[in-house]
Amino acid sequence: MNTFQRRSRLVWTESRYEILKHLRTPAFIVPTLTFPVLFYLFFGVAMGGRGMGSGATMSVYLIATYGAFGVIGTALSSFGVSLALERGQGLLQLKQATPMPLYAYIFAKLASATLFSSIVTIALFVMGTAFGGAQLDVSQFAMLFATLVVGTIPFALLGLTVGYVVSAEAAVAVINVLYLPMGFLSGLWVPIDFMPAMVKQIATFLPAFHFGQLALSVIDMPIRGHAALHAVALIGFSLIFLATAIAAYRFDRRKNYA
Amino acid sequence: MNNEVVAQLQDVTKTYGPTTALDAVTLDLRRGELLALLGPNGAGKTSAVRLLLGLASPTAGRVSVLGGDPREEAFRTRTGVMLQTSAVPDTLRVSEHITLFSSYYENPLPLAEVLRIARLEALKTRLFRQLSGGEKQRVLFALAICGNPDLLVLDEPTVGLDVAARRAFWGEIARMRQTGCTILLTTHYLAEADALADRIAVIDRGRVIAEGSPSLIKGHGTLEDAFLALTQHEEECVA
Repeated sequence: MNTFQRRSRLVWTESRYEILKHLRTPAFIVPTLTFPVLFYLFFGVAMGGRGMGSGATMSVYLIATYGAFGVIGTALSSFGVSLALERGQGLLQLKQATPMPLYAYIFAKLASATLFSSIVTIALFVMGTAFGGAQLDVSQFAMLFATLVVGTIPFALLGLTVGYVVSAEAAVAVINVLYLPMGFLSGLWVPIDFMPAMVKQIATFLPAFHFGQLALSVIDMPIRGHAALHAVALIGFSLIFLATAIAAYRFDRRKNYA
Repeated sequence: MNNEVVAQLQDVTKTYGPTTALDAVTLDLRRGELLALLGPNGAGKTSAVRLLLGLASPTAGRVSVLGGDPREEAFRTRTGVMLQTSAVPDTLRVSEHITLFSSYYENPLPLAEVLRIARLEALKTRLFRQLSGGEKQRVLFALAICGNPDLLVLDEPTVGLDVAARRAFWGEIARMRQTGCTILLTTHYLAEADALADRIAVIDRGRVIAEGSPSLIKGHGTLEDAFLALTQHEEECVA
């Protein structure tokens, strides 16, 4: 087996067990998978036929926004909570004493976040079309799916920053303080147009708002502003969170491995 | 055992801010031997271990493992480690943990061999959370040996175990020694060092204060007497 094959197998094995570990952890599965789906049942299915102007219906609109909400939760938990816990219990240090390359560890978490994001998105699509009367053709769903999966990146980087900075004990609380208010203020629970003017202003500074708007744009839902600007904003947030993640990683190295 | 040096701290000083954890320490580990590193809490044992594993850099001096810098990946492929403060995810099975860690190494031991040495055959399908404290330590030991290491570093591997579990664990270490592996063992249990070690180094306040075979260190008394005499004498000198 050459080096490339061995490295590929290492990354695959790390990813496989990262996913398996999460599948067997109810504290991860329940909030990340069931919350968006339950929210959709209550609002997307129950109020599915309700119009939102421009021919849009709530059932379609909420597939995009609850999908974005689910993806953010998965990314923040997979990276932020998981990394903080593994740092706290000494697992990361143990792995760093082995030849495991750090990229394998990060890739495995990204693979896990992407898989669970995909499950949330598909579950919402199935519920929306089967029970909510949502009409999305396959190409629209494919675009939405791709947007939501790629949208994992900035939130994974934000999670990475949190995971390197906060303690294991504080990680869940810190992630929830970021995740839940950001989701609400970004119009992912309730459409942003139903929010007070002040919330609309705050939303423009939040990555989740731009993510939600971008997801809505690919399924032809009405959005605030231009889709390209939301894409640029998300790229900007990704770069900021990449810089903070690198800084947090270096801080952790200096503190624990100097 | 021969005189080839496998790992070495050469005049190494390690400071953390104003605290000196290691003060110009020189220590050799020779191929095939089991060296026990003894010392009271805060003596510098864990700092020495972290330096040898490449988890920290020396403030001064040189650290070499298997002829190279332990911070480089090439040398970590030949080292196995069991750290004092580490746990693995509760929701993976024993065999899954071993398979995962084995994938990090170029020439890992077969799963069945690792399970045999660590006496985990009967527990291989158990989740980590379903294991007792002693069984969990054996899993961590299995993860340390699965890469078929030339150098095995065991940092207080039996801490928290009852007497029977500790004695049983010595068997696992002895089985690993039979493969020709060089072992560095840090421990607070003097009987453990006495039973297992070829050589003992006593470290206190960041300095090696005694080094030699167990019989040499003990003299005509017990290892506990010798240890107390060495470390208390140090206290008196400092006072």
